Amino acid sequence: MDLAGLIAFNVVTGIAMLCLITIGLGVIYGMMRIINLAHGELMMLGAFTCVIATEAGINIWISIFVLSPLVVGIIGLVLERTIIRFLYGRILDTMLATWGISIGLTGLIVTIFGNNVRTLANPAPSFGIGEYSTSLYGLVVVAVAVGALGSLFALLRFTKFGLILRATMERPGMAAALGIKPDTVYMATFALGSALAGMAGAVLAPISGVSPVMGVAYITRAFITVLGGGAAIVTGTGLASMLFGTIDELVSFKASPVIGSVAMLMTAVVLIRILPTGITGRFLRRSL
Amino acid sequence: MTSHSLGRFLDQYRGAGSFLSVCLLLILVMFGLPLFVSTFGLLQVTILAVMSIFALSQGFVWGFAGIMSFGQAGFLGLGAYAYAVAVINYGDSTLAVPISIILSMLFAAVMGYFMFYGRISDAYVGVITLTVSVILFQLINSTSGSQYRIGVVELGGFNGIPAIPPLNLIGDPSRPLDQTGIWYATMGGLLLVYGLLRFILMSRFGRVVVAIRENETRAQLIGYDPRLFKLLAFVTGAGIAGLAGCLYVNWAGYISPGVFALTMSAQAIIFVLVGGLGTLLGPILGAVLIQWLINTIGDQGAVDPGLGLGIILVAFVLLFPKGIVPLVRAAIQQVLTWRKRNVGSPLLADADPLQSGAE
Amino acid sequence: MSDHNQKLFGRRTVLKFSATAAISALAAPAYLRQALASETIKLGCIMDETGPLSLEGKPMAQTTKLAVDELNAAGGLLGRQIEMISYDTQSTMQLYTQYAQRLALQDKVDVVHGGLTSASREAIRPIFGRARIPYFYNTLYEGGVCDRNTFCTGTTPAQTVNHLVEHGLKNWGKKTYVLAADYNFGQITTDWVRKFMAAGGGSVVGADFFPLDATNFSSTISRIQSAAPDFVVTVLVGGAQTGFYQQWESAGMKSKIPLASNVFGLSNEINSMPTSTTDGIVTCYGWYPGIDTPASKSFVEKMEKQFGSDLTGMSELDVTTYDGIMFWAQAVKKAGSLDREAVLAALESGLSYDGPGGAVSLDPATHHTIRSTYLGQPKDRKWQVMETFAHQIPSDSGGQCDLKANPRLNKQFTPVI
Repeated sequence: MDLAGLIAFNVVTGIAMLCLITIGLGVIYGMMRIINLAHGELMMLGAFTCVIATEAGINIWISIFVLSPLVVGIIGLVLERTIIRFLYGRILDTMLATWGISIGLTGLIVTIFGNNVRTLANPAPSFGIGEYSTSLYGLVVVAVAVGALGSLFALLRFTKFGLILRATMERPGMAAALGIKPDTVYMATFALGSALAGMAGAVLAPISGVSPVMGVAYITRAFITVLGGGAAIVTGTGLASMLFGTIDELVSFKASPVIGSVAMLMTAVVLIRILPTGITGRFLRRSL
Repeated sequence: MTSHSLGRFLDQYRGAGSFLSVCLLLILVMFGLPLFVSTFGLLQVTILAVMSIFALSQGFVWGFAGIMSFGQAGFLGLGAYAYAVAVINYGDSTLAVPISIILSMLFAAVMGYFMFYGRISDAYVGVITLTVSVILFQLINSTSGSQYRIGVVELGGFNGIPAIPPLNLIGDPSRPLDQTGIWYATMGGLLLVYGLLRFILMSRFGRVVVAIRENETRAQLIGYDPRLFKLLAFVTGAGIAGLAGCLYVNWAGYISPGVFALTMSAQAIIFVLVGGLGTLLGPILGAVLIQWLINTIGDQGAVDPGLGLGIILVAFVLLFPKGIVPLVRAAIQQVLTWRKRNVGSPLLADADPLQSGAE
Repeated sequence: MSDHNQKLFGRRTVLKFSATAAISALAAPAYLRQALASETIKLGCIMDETGPLSLEGKPMAQTTKLAVDELNAAGGLLGRQIEMISYDTQSTMQLYTQYAQRLALQDKVDVVHGGLTSASREAIRPIFGRARIPYFYNTLYEGGVCDRNTFCTGTTPAQTVNHLVEHGLKNWGKKTYVLAADYNFGQITTDWVRKFMAAGGGSVVGADFFPLDATNFSSTISRIQSAAPDFVVTVLVGGAQTGFYQQWESAGMKSKIPLASNVFGLSNEINSMPTSTTDGIVTCYGWYPGIDTPASKSFVEKMEKQFGSDLTGMSELDVTTYDGIMFWAQAVKKAGSLDREAVLAALESGLSYDGPGGAVSLDPATHHTIRSTYLGQPKDRKWQVMETFAHQIPSDSGGQCDLKANPRLNKQFTPVI
């Protein structure tokens, strides 16, 4: 019974982690149909910001929730203005350019900081599920994931800014005719997506090693979850994370983390084949 | 003859002219380089030739068939591992080479059927090919236990497979090739692949493939099944990548799962993009330039090569999306049209599908 | 036409002259190189000095430099100075074969000291065998290599892991769980743990293997808990996998199940991780910094003096590297030449010396070292030595490796369970 509790906790944490990893990419894809292959590196930058800030003495929670999103959001803004802006509508070209950015960012960080793994102390204590124990940090991850999805939903549904975002998403021409500048909206969206990615990287820093090449592990997962989820940002990310996260954690527990990852990837391949527009391309189409 | 019909006469042979001149150049390099370069230097140049073949596979599949394959490294790796396993098991490389090519093609056939007959759009083809190559990497990387073996060969996982015998003369395992022999074999392979692709592009099959890339609906309405042709093009590209994998193993004498890594697929794409999408000379040029750049930057160790590669990729996507070869051609053409003559030189024509393919 | 012949420096003359000048300019460096080459002895070093494995590789490269400098300061070998040619393989396997080829074919070195992971050793060992260049592998590993051209100075499971298992069986219990890196070192060491556990009446209730870039161990920690072992043995390699120890502590497992390892501590963990994570993890090595002998202390002083703040935590890897180079130097002096056969014969003549880790001798039959090993654990960022085992024999090949009797042997012996 306790073991079931432990496994359930792992599954929920796994889903939350996947959700967090994906949401930044999902915002950008849902809005601009851009597949940002530099997403993993934006997460890496967030993790590095967190590590450096914490080593410099700043409180870890501030580093995670304030500093990292801010820094990476600004970096995302710069990238959008200088590179991405010229490639709207050219889906393959944006994939290539963002892949170039990802390789370049990794190389930059390796050159400056060296290709080493840094660790960040886990700020949460351990707690017990019956006779099994695990770290409370998993709850932090779940809380942040739920919070992020919730706030995004609220933003899109209840605020004026959200309304503008949705309008531009559906009909950019009409929105432009009504006086909204799609360019500004895209810029803001990319910055938001980047900030979310940065925060995700920072949140995950205490439980995974921080190194310049850590982004590669995340990009494939985020990628398939976004495409599996479909166009709706909140619902799609949530549903796809639940599916893939569960499979990954359960198989990892039964066999090994590598097999778990392979099982998740294979499920993704099959899902994309069956539902090329993602889960929310078929079900719950009108959701956010 | 008037200059007009002279022009048309020469037009017909333009394609052949450029093909022959590239072949001549390759043959010159193939036989000439060993005279000037030490054995170790030859070793360093062989990898450039191997990467050129790899780039051609990406160039054909992407530039001419319009299939955005993000995981061409999967076929490179399959060919490499297939050769390694076969040559150690059989003790003779005669069968190992065709096995490496055929295995890649079979895998591509299954994958291609899965993708193209499901009518998946271009971006998703990219995702699936990328994901499959990652799956292959993770799987092979975890086979280091001694229970993972094919015949007498342990797959070795992260350890890789060391001490792989090189190619030997056909049917004669007691005569393995030395470094110079491997150079000839690799350059021979490059010539063969270049010739084969030129031939394919001139043939009906090639022209249909290009037509499908240009406008799939129109090709379909004319009566060609795009799924079948895309599948065949994809399989051809995989076979070429498999050959590149086999030659890669011969160059290194060793294989490890790193050959499946995302960075390898990225390199293939960069080679083609920089060299020139939609040409055959472009990928070769791109491979030689960029691989040489990677080697030189990698050696000095202060700056990570990734930084330079990333900047190059972004710069090319933004500024020179067509790549070097078409740019140079356009420049040469501009220069030549300033002169009185209107007839282009043989070096101008290339494997531009509309010209050589449509004849 | 005629003015060509009349010019003092006609075109033909200039051409001839420049051709000769060009050729001699090209050839001259070759002559000079040739001349210089006969002056220095070349020692090749191929090591991961950057990347996730650099925490172990860089100190070994530094020790190599220290040893070479020391030999040169004492007059070099055979009246010649030693030139160190080193390549940084950046924790990338592909570069190992490339640089090994370069050392063998282009630099034509006289000896190679290098290779960090067992995978890298197996990749380059054949290259140096073919090139007939003696190869020293100075890193602790899974034992059993039997190759006339190769000498291994690092400790092996028959010298260390057996003591770890004994300690576990005696103090903690009969069931163990093994976590290992997923390549030959991790796999074969796990087999040795199985063998030693079985011999002592215990059993391995689970063994998990991880790729070198694995960072998330949460599902593994759950698996371990459900298997309920008495202690856990870790064979985790590289910067990424060391994340396990912090995750183990965060999950509250530190106080519940003890850890033993034959790799923990090599990557400067006792300085980079909090003491709550590192205290009490039992290890077994051929040397610890802080061992209280004059030879050990002076070695530490020498390293600190040469590298100062650039020196990260020292470990057995430094001492075995030093031993390897000193043995090679001893053999060259004894043989009186760099000829491979003479050097190999000298290496197989039963060399011994007193190193920083105590008395060490090079076993002629197995090409491994016979030395003392110690059981130790960290406490407050210092190593506490708990037990000493003298004169440990590298018996991993079960007596089947006798390179003096069978010089043609070339394989790696693995444990038969």
